[in-house]
Formats: sequence, C-alpha cells, structure tokens
Amino acid sequence: MTPAPDQPLPGLDPAARAWLDTALAEADRAAEAAEDTGTPGPAEAVGTAAPTGSGTASDNVAPAPWELRFAAAGRHAGRTHADAVRTLLLQRARAPLATLTRLYRHGTAAERRAVLLALPDRVAGPGALPLVEDALRTNDTSLVAAAVGPYAAAHLDPHAWRHAVLKCLFTGVPLDAVHDLERRAHKDTELARMLADFAAERTAAGRPVPADLTRALNLTGEES
Amino acid sequence: MRIFDPHIHMTSRTTDDYRAMYAAGVRALVEPSFWLGQPRTSPASFHDYFDALLGWEPFRAAQYGIAHHCTLALNPKEANDPRCVPVLDDLPRYLVKDSVVAVGEIGYDSMTPAEDHALAAQLQLAADHGLPALVHTPHRDKLAGLRRTIDVVRESALDPEHVLLDHLNETTVKEAAGSGGWLGFSIYPDTKMDEDRMVAVLKAHGTDKVLVNSAADWGRSDPLKTRKVGDAMLAAGFGEDDVDKVLWRNPVAFYGLSGRLQLDVPPPADLHEGNSILRGGE
Ligand SMILES: [Zn+2]
Repeated sequence: MTPAPDQPLPGLDPAARAWLDTALAEADRAAEAAEDTGTPGPAEAVGTAAPTGSGTASDNVAPAPWELRFAAAGRHAGRTHADAVRTLLLQRARAPLATLTRLYRHGTAAERRAVLLALPDRVAGPGALPLVEDALRTNDTSLVAAAVGPYAAAHLDPHAWRHAVLKCLFTGVPLDAVHDLERRAHKDTELARMLADFAAERTAAGRPVPADLTRALNLTGEES
Repeated sequence: MRIFDPHIHMTSRTTDDYRAMYAAGVRALVEPSFWLGQPRTSPASFHDYFDALLGWEPFRAAQYGIAHHCTLALNPKEANDPRCVPVLDDLPRYLVKDSVVAVGEIGYDSMTPAEDHALAAQLQLAADHGLPALVHTPHRDKLAGLRRTIDVVRESALDPEHVLLDHLNETTVKEAAGSGGWLGFSIYPDTKMDEDRMVAVLKAHGTDKVLVNSAADWGRSDPLKTRKVGDAMLAAGFGEDDVDKVLWRNPVAFYGLSGRLQLDVPPPADLHEGNSILRGGE
C-alpha cells in the first residue's frame, strides 16, 4: 500500500498518528524558517564535524522541537515504525549535512541508523562519508546494514567498499543489505581475491563458507 | 521465573553472563551509569560511556534476548571532581533518549557540598524530563546518608514516589519506606546483603514497592543474585506470585513511570557461527 502524501505511515495507531502529525508540522516549520533566514537551524554549527567528538558550548543550544521528536520516536511511534518516522522527519525538516552530522554524533544507535538511512535523499556529494565510515567501524549489525545502502554504493571508494562487503560477511549482515552489489562487484578482481582468500581461510579452519560469500564471488565474474 | 534486574552494570560483564542470565530467567535489565573504577577526567569520557549505554550495550543484550534500558547521571563520586561536573550541562540532551528510564545513579558518596549540588540539580532534571530517579544510598555512614538523601528529595520538585532508594538494608528499610519511595536491595556475594537476609526483610516488610538487584559490576559480584533471591523466597514459603511481583512487576511499575519501557525483545537467535558477538574478523 502506498501512503497518501498527507497520510504517511498508515500502520500507526491514533495516538502515534496525532503525535506524528504534530512532529511533522514542527519539521515543516523548521524547514520554512531555514528557507527564510538561509540558515540551517537554531543549533547549527557551520561546516562538517567529525562523526564523534567532545562537546562544545554549541552542543547544548536548545534543540529545535522536531529534533526532540526525532529522539523520542521509538517510544511514541513504536520501535517498528521508528526508522520510518525518523527518516521522514529528516526529510520534512530538510535537514542539511551539518544537522545530520550533529544528530548522528549526538544520537543513540537507533537515531544514527535513521540518519544513515536518510543520507541518499538528503546529501548529494560525499560530505557524509565520515558518518558511513564511523558506522562501518562499529560491530552493531543494524548500523553496518544501514551504512551499506545507496549512499555508500554511490560514494565509498573501492577499498572501503570492499571492506564493507567483507564486514557484512564477518558480522552476519545479509549481502542483500549491500545496495548495488551486482554493479559494484562486477569485474572487481580485488574483491574476488579478498573473497577467495576469506573462503580459503574458512575452509582451512574446517568452517563452512557462507552462501553469501559464494554469491558475491560469482557476482565478480572472476573464477576462484 | 521472569526476572527484571533493575540495577546491573553490564558494561563490566561478559557475554557468558548474558547467556547465564537469560538461562536463569532474566528478560530485562536497567544499567545505571556509574563510576567505572578508573576516575574519568572530562565530560567527553562520560559522552562515550553514555553513548555505549544507548548503543552497543543494548545491542549486546538484545543478542541474548534481554531488553536493556539505562539510567544516566553524573555519579556522586565523580561529582566531586570539577573536571567532570560540566557533564551536568550535557545531560538534558541525553535524558530525552528512548531507552533512558530514570536519572541515576545519583545520591551521596562522601556527603560533600559538591554532592549536595549534583544531587539537587539532577533531581530537578528528573522532574523536568518526566523521569523517576535512582538514588543510591552511601556505603559508609548509610543511615545518616539516607536521612540527608530523603531531606533533599523532599525539598526537590520530584515526587518522592518517583524515587528508588537503593542499596538498602535492615537498618535503613523502615525510614526509606516512610519517605514514600521505592525500596531497592542489592544482593552481594559478601556480607553487605545476602539472599537469606533479603527474604527476612521481605517477611518483615512485605513485598510492596520492593525491588531486588544484583548491582553486579567490575567488583566481586554475581549477576545471578536476582534468581537466587527468587529461589530463596520460594524455599521460604513465598508464592510464585510474590516472586513475580518483586522480580518483575515492581521494577516494571517503577521504571514504567518513565513511559519509556519497551520489553518486547525477541528471543535470542540460535547463536550460530557468524551471528555471535563478532569482532569484525575473528
Ligand atoms: Zn551501581
């Protein structure tokens, strides 16, 4: 079912629906205010920060109301809807890179996942790569899976992308999560070598080779 | 037996503990932020710790079928270090997070003016954020510490019925109950409080508003003490409903005051190869 533009997330119960309507109105107001003043938001620093870092005075400026909704989405909309609600809020607030970076840096794992999921629609260039790279350093499979979406497919350099594929295999993230796997794996001889080495290591240890590994190796079109 | 450990520091525990806790019946826990043994020297060190309690640790717990929530605060011991105190200014942005179910552990360690300030400020933060508070009573000079704690709670904006007074024992339970607060007992492998004394307290005091925790951390402690109290209660003639009230319904009621408890964690997937806590290249 495709939700009507004014009725996103049809699965929400009435209380969550009312909460979301208010949240989206707040996000719309933030987007309009930013357009009027040409500034991204009340708590915004200029430029891109590192994905994590120590707090500064500007970290504690009162957050925009929609950002508090962004944090509270799990308890108001329910965990199953939280990703969809949060990414929708980021869209409607038209959150720019600096806001996305700050929300990631200050976010729980669930909030960070939502920022990663929103990147392909929100950020045109490679400016958000530090967030993807941060997520790929974690062993939280929900973050790793969210990090290998369309944004990573478009912007990760070959070395980082190959390691992301390997990381998925190591941590049990299904390769279906890797966006554009077919296109990027095709004729990637270095990826083929890494996968073949990994398969050999598993075999030497008497452990089975994951089916996803064999599949990725086939996609490279290289013989192992 | 379903068990909710309302106070345990899983950051200091292993995956073997998670596995054993699940097998013993633990399905939910609350991890209060506290002192890590090694003193911190800056707010940034707290940020990373808080982020772990909101990210990595719930992820670990979920892999073992256990719902993980946390309480965040500047702990009483480090409230005495001026290098750490500025983290109080950062707490508001953490207290809005989904899995934060109380402000804590706060309270007294050495009963200093700096601790007075941190306790009062954080009780106010709890009131401002619609959260209850987990208040630790000091290990040294416990009864005097409890009385001073209760006075500060009375002067605060927080309803005393939204306060869990923890680490109680036979000498402090009566006054703590008189304050209107919830009553926490930490069961240790040494003499501080053991399961048989806990059963005696339950017989004398009853089960209302009583919570039992392992307070397991990096010191000598046992994450299965909650289960051992449940078994000791049954052996002493308490019914299964009494055990369920103390080990599940009371902690759910107290932390439920936050409106943020989410207890529906799926049972652990079979921890087959490639789906355990991996190291990104084992
Ligand atoms: Zn503790």
